[in-house]
Amino acid sequence: MLDRIDQQMDALRTAANLRAYRQQLLASNIANADTPNYKARDIDFQAAMDKAVARRGGDLAMATTSSGHLTGAAGDGAPAGARVMYRTEYQSAVDGNTVNMDVERSAFAENAVHLEAMLTFLREKLRGLQTAIQGQ
Amino acid sequence: MSMFNVFAIAGSALTAQSARLNATASNLANADSVVSADGTPYRAKQVVFKATPVTGDGGVGVRVVGVVDSAAPGRLVYQPNSPGANEQGYVEMPNVNVVEEMTNMISASRAYQTNAEVMSTAKTLLLKTLAIGQ
Repeated sequence: MLDRIDQQMDALRTAANLRAYRQQLLASNIANADTPNYKARDIDFQAAMDKAVARRGGDLAMATTSSGHLTGAAGDGAPAGARVMYRTEYQSAVDGNTVNMDVERSAFAENAVHLEAMLTFLREKLRGLQTAIQGQ
Repeated sequence: MSMFNVFAIAGSALTAQSARLNATASNLANADSVVSADGTPYRAKQVVFKATPVTGDGGVGVRVVGVVDSAAPGRLVYQPNSPGANEQGYVEMPNVNVVEEMTNMISASRAYQTNAEVMSTAKTLLLKTLAIGQ
């Protein structure tokens, strides 16, 4: 019974997790808008969601046999399916920074609205389940 | 929960931008200080930003790694009566470029505003998350 309720939430939870992670990446970009040589990063939400739903997980990690070895993944600790990539720059800056504030801000606002929608859907789903349980 | 990391990231940016604003205020206040603490003309201060990981899962904040003196040459002003004048009658003024400082100030203030907005968005979203199941 409980695992069925869990299944209901699974897709929405995955989406909300990915959105929250993307929100963090975009906040990093905005915070480093004036840092020399900082490269803006982002994830492709749709690709990440596809991967996460198909339970294909993230990219294959390299085997590490020493603490000094690199894992080969750009975003360590990213949720399953999320692949952190560098943004293509529109205008190059002399200091090597690739943050475009307009792009980052609009992406941040868009992502926030999507995340809010996910949270609303979750809330409504739970409310529906509650109604079913109470039978009123 | 990565939404809480947004506070750490945007907070680090707020700190860094206010340090930049401090440097600008110091430069503008001393735009005409011929003698600083060590006897030489005041040198414009610039902060150096560096991207720093603040969380284990890819969150990158920003940190001020140092304050450097600007290497620009000082302005020479002809004031033969001034006590600081050299043999030719010129006084070396600070190398503060006021126009540059003003643009720096506006840029820092806008960056601060943006990061404050990021924080308030994150707060709204977290409150929405808390409301799940109510």
